[in-house]
Amino acid sequence: MSYSDKVIDHYNNPRNVGSMDKSSADVGTGLVGAPECGDVMKLQIKVNRDTNIIEEAKFKTFGCGSAIASSSLATEWVKGKTVDEALAIKNMDIVKELSLPPVKIHCSVLAEDAIRAAIGDWKKKQESAKPVAATVAQ
Amino acid sequence: MSTDVKVPQQLPVTRHAAPQGVKLPIYMDNHATTPMDPRVLEEMLPYFMEKFGNAASRNHSFGWAGEEGVETARERIAKLIGATTKEIIFTSGATESDNLAIKGVAEMYREKGNHIITAVTEHKAVLDTCKRLEKYGYRVTYLPVQKDGLVDLEDLKRAMDDKTILVTIMAANNEIGVLQPVAEIGKLCRERGIIFHTDATQAVGKVPVDVNKQYIDLMSISGHKMYGPKGVGALYVRRKNPRVQLAALIDGGGHERGMRSGTLNVPGIVGLGKACAIASEEMSREAVQLASLRDRLRDRIMSRLDETYINGTTEHRLPGNLNISFAYVEGESLLMGINDIAVSSGSACTSATLEPSYVLKALGTGDDLAHSSIRFGIGRFNTAAEVDYVADRVIETVERLRELSPLYEMAKEGINLKDVKWAGE
Repeated sequence: MSYSDKVIDHYNNPRNVGSMDKSSADVGTGLVGAPECGDVMKLQIKVNRDTNIIEEAKFKTFGCGSAIASSSLATEWVKGKTVDEALAIKNMDIVKELSLPPVKIHCSVLAEDAIRAAIGDWKKKQESAKPVAATVAQ
Repeated sequence: MSTDVKVPQQLPVTRHAAPQGVKLPIYMDNHATTPMDPRVLEEMLPYFMEKFGNAASRNHSFGWAGEEGVETARERIAKLIGATTKEIIFTSGATESDNLAIKGVAEMYREKGNHIITAVTEHKAVLDTCKRLEKYGYRVTYLPVQKDGLVDLEDLKRAMDDKTILVTIMAANNEIGVLQPVAEIGKLCRERGIIFHTDATQAVGKVPVDVNKQYIDLMSISGHKMYGPKGVGALYVRRKNPRVQLAALIDGGGHERGMRSGTLNVPGIVGLGKACAIASEEMSREAVQLASLRDRLRDRIMSRLDETYINGTTEHRLPGNLNISFAYVEGESLLMGINDIAVSSGSACTSATLEPSYVLKALGTGDDLAHSSIRFGIGRFNTAAEVDYVADRVIETVERLRELSPLYEMAKEGINLKDVKWAGE
């Protein structure tokens, strides 16, 4: 299988690799996929509570080159976007950008899932944080 | 609250210059195919233009020259496996040999029984042939293998019944290189009057094979796995004690004792013969050399990387085979990182079916580790310098990908990955 130049570039120079403190109130973590399926993505976002803008994004991925590239691209795209804007990213946008072949479309689906899972985790934290805001801020 | 970034954003990427004496890319996928030995090519060349005659032309010197080339090849193959020349049938390759052996026996011995025994780790050329026969009313038992990749002889005994006409078990596995106890299997079959076929594609020319000492009745051989040409193979068909009969797959001019019609591929056959002659001379020395390179590769990799696992027994194994799973790293991404080295992976992403290797699964290797496996096939033309380069590239790439792997991070945090409820399951 031959890879597009963009996939190779993301594989060789993955953007935003790393981890953030998943217990932090302003960090949302998405962990999607399964080792048995050959793909696991962890995508994390750090959101500014006042602006709802994603200020930082990090990822780690177990998977093929296309899975690594899809998640690397996803972190690039969500950075600087508001949470709602990030939710509008569709897997087919990733497919197009990276020229993924049909057998690799599931990689882009997983990346979209990872964005949604990270945002979902962050949103849940914001809701549960409200009543106990005083303790969080101490 | 501060966010804790553990890894620099830009991982360093090194561009690789070939070390002294190493030419890139390196070919280390010798179970897929081997390069031809130049001595084989040299032997074949006259048979394309000067000695182009049809080996079946009995009335002129052109035909005789072709026939002479074919008969010399037959002798050389027979010598390598302890057979007689009349027991060698030329085919287009091991897939055809497997088909001819299995379907040929199934049809010829239909009156006697309809039961065939094989193993789950066989090559698809055997498995898919058996599956087709099931459609035609044959009963097939697919024996499981043990954790080390070997068939349990007790399982085999239990599977045999009075309708069993054929046992087909490979000599050496193409993925994990394990050597099945062929002699023991053959003996069990002989005692019960069951025909024994072995797909010895990976074994012939690599490890000693003797059709009499190992009680083999039918054996598939391939040219291009032993430094010969592609498109040529052979089937050993026992003529005595017992005499095995086969129904032909291909009818026509009655070539090859009626078992395989079609004008003989004389240059290919000459090449296969020469490859066998070289193996007869050099196999024992070469096996020591390959095993030493294989162990060098294994030791260098495993001394530097933790959580790497060898798939299949190390005791009964092809000398040039190494199959390792690198936990927390997906095989295709590893191949992408070592793209100046040709090896194979059991990862689903590298297969047409999107399923990880069925051979590794049969060993009880979890899907996660099957996705993480790499097959190294060391061959005649690999060098120690290449082995060292390959080991270093693999180590460096696995380390890089583990830094990128959420699974590695979780494992290091002490999380048992088996306890995690994965969203994708």
